[in-house]
Amino acid sequence: MTIVGKTAEAAGFRRTRWLLTAVLALYFVYTFVPIFYVFVSSTKTNPDLFATFGLWFSNDFHLWQNLHDLFTQDHGIFGRWLWNTFYYATIAGIGAALVSTLAGYAFAKYEFAGKRAIYALVLGAVMIPQTALVIPLFLLFSWVHVLNTPWAVILPSLVFPQGVFLMRAYIDEAVSGEIIDAGRVDGAGEFRIFWALAFRLIAPAFATVFVLAFVASWNNYFLPLVVLNSNDLFPVTVGLSNWYASVASGNGAQLLYTIIMAGALVSILPVIIAFLFIQRFWQGGLSAGAVKS
Amino acid sequence: MADITAAATAVARRSTGAGSDIWRKLAPYLFLLPFLIVFIGFLVVPLVYAFNLSVWKTTLVGGTHFVGFDNYAKAIVDAKFWGGVLTLLKFAAMQIPVMLALALLFALILDSGMVYLKSFFRISFFIPYAVPTVIATLLWGYLYSPSYGPAAQIAAALNIQRIDFFQPNTILPSIANIAVWEYMGYNMIIYFAALQAIPQDLEEASVVDGAGALAHAIYVKLPLIVPTIMVTIIFSIIGTLQLFAEPYLLYNLARSIISSYFTPNFYAYTLAFVAQQYNYSAAISFLLGAVTAVISYVFMLLTSRRSAR
Repeated sequence: MTIVGKTAEAAGFRRTRWLLTAVLALYFVYTFVPIFYVFVSSTKTNPDLFATFGLWFSNDFHLWQNLHDLFTQDHGIFGRWLWNTFYYATIAGIGAALVSTLAGYAFAKYEFAGKRAIYALVLGAVMIPQTALVIPLFLLFSWVHVLNTPWAVILPSLVFPQGVFLMRAYIDEAVSGEIIDAGRVDGAGEFRIFWALAFRLIAPAFATVFVLAFVASWNNYFLPLVVLNSNDLFPVTVGLSNWYASVASGNGAQLLYTIIMAGALVSILPVIIAFLFIQRFWQGGLSAGAVKS
Repeated sequence: MADITAAATAVARRSTGAGSDIWRKLAPYLFLLPFLIVFIGFLVVPLVYAFNLSVWKTTLVGGTHFVGFDNYAKAIVDAKFWGGVLTLLKFAAMQIPVMLALALLFALILDSGMVYLKSFFRISFFIPYAVPTVIATLLWGYLYSPSYGPAAQIAAALNIQRIDFFQPNTILPSIANIAVWEYMGYNMIIYFAALQAIPQDLEEASVVDGAGALAHAIYVKLPLIVPTIMVTIIFSIIGTLQLFAEPYLLYNLARSIISSYFTPNFYAYTLAFVAQQYNYSAAISFLLGAVTAVISYVFMLLTSRRSAR
C-alpha cells in the first residue's frame, strides 16, 4: 500500500483497487453459490426442488417442516448422528491437543537422547495422510475386535503430528527458559512447572490444535465409513451419505432430497460458525507450519 | 493419560531436592509418552500388521499361507491399480495448477492491500475448507444434477445444450471443480501468511529502486515464497493420490463412468469390503504408499535440480 501511495497517481490506484476487488468478488460468487444453494434447497418442498429455479426460493417456505422431518426421519436417527459427530470430535480434539502439547513441550524445552530421531519421525508422519492408514487400521481393528465401537474412530484421531509440530514452534517462543528456571529455583517439580507455569502461556496454541483436530474429526468420512457398521454409531457424514446413496440409486426414497439438504445445512453451520468465531486461531494454526518449514 | 501425568506430578512434588535431577532427565520422556503410545499404537502397529497381512494369502481350499511378495508381484502388473493411478495423475494435472495459481493470485492481491473488503474476502474464501468433503460432494452432486440442478435449468432457459457433468470426458473436471472449491482457500491462507512474513525493509528497498507494486510482487515476493509453494504442491500431490470420498459418492450418480476401481483407494476399499480380499487389499495400499513416495521424491528432485541450475 505504501509503495503505490508514493509512486502511482491516486486515480490510477483507485481504478486498480476496484478492478482487483471485482476479481475477488467474482470468485466470491463461486464460493458462495453452493452454500447458498444448500440453504435455498432446504427451504423447499420436494416437488418445488424439481419445479422451481434452484438458486432462488419458492413461494412455499418449507424450512421448518424440513427440519422437523429431518429430525424425525427413521425414528430421529439424525439427532443421534449429530450427537455422535460432536462426541467423537470433542474427545478427539481434546485428546489430540493434550497429547500434542505434552510432546511439543518435551521437544521445545528439553534436551534428551533420541530427540532428533523421534522428531524426524514426527515430521515424517506429517507427510502420511490419514486416508492412507484407513485400510491398515481396519485390518488391525478387526483382528483385535474393536471394530464398530466409538474407540475405532476416536483413538486414531489422537495421532496428530501437525499438532506436535505447531506446539513445538509455539512453545519455543511463548515459554521462556527463565520462567522454567525460576520454577526450578523455587523447588517446583518438572510437571508442576508445566501445569502451573507453562500451560497458561500455551493456552492459545492449545485452542488452535483443539480446533484443527476437532474439525478434522468432524469432517472425517473414510475412517468411520470403514470401521463402523451400525447406524446408531455413524457420524453425520456417513449417515447423510447413506441417505444420499439410497436417493441417488432411486430406491423409492425420493422424499429425502430436501431433507438431505436440510441435514447438510445443519451439519455445516456449527463448523462455519465455530470457524468464524475463532478464525484468528485457525489461520495462525494452518499457516505457522507451512511458513516455518 | 491424564492419570499418568497427574500421578507423575504428585510424585514430582514429593521428590524435590535430591531426586529432582533424575526427574529432570526423565521428564521429557514422560511428556512424550502419550504421543509415543498413540503414534506406535495407531500408526506403526497398523502399518506393520497390514504389511504382514500383505505377504500372506488366504484361499478357500488351502487356508492361509505365506506367499512372500506374490501379492506385490500381482499388484505391480494389475491394470486396475495402474488405471487408477493414471486417472489421478490426469486429475492432478488439471486440478493442482488451477487451484494453486488461483490461491497465489488471490494471496498476492490480498497482500498488496490494493483491494476493498480485504478480510471479508480472506475469510469467505476459506469457508469451503470447513465444509466436510462429503457435504461438498453431495451439494455439488445436486448442482450437477441433470433433472433439477441449476446449471441444467439455466441451460434449458437459455435453450442451449446443457453440460453433462457425468461423461467419460467431463467426470474428472467435475470432480476437480469440487476439489478447487474446497481447497483453494486453504492454500491461499498459507501463501498469504508466507507473504505477510516477508520483512518490510525489503519492500522499502524496492520502493527506493522505484519498482511498482506488480514488479515488486513478481520479482521480490514470489521468489521468496517458492519454498512454501513447493510444500503446498507436494501436499496437494499426496492428497490427490488418496482421492476417495468424491468418486465414492458420485459413484451412485454415474455408475457407468465411475468404476469401483476408479482410484487406488477406492480399489483397496472394494477389495477389502466387497471382495473380502484383505491380503491383496493391504498389498494395494502399500503399493499406493510406495508410488506416492516415489512421485513426491521425483518431483522434489526435479525442482531442486532446476533451481540449482
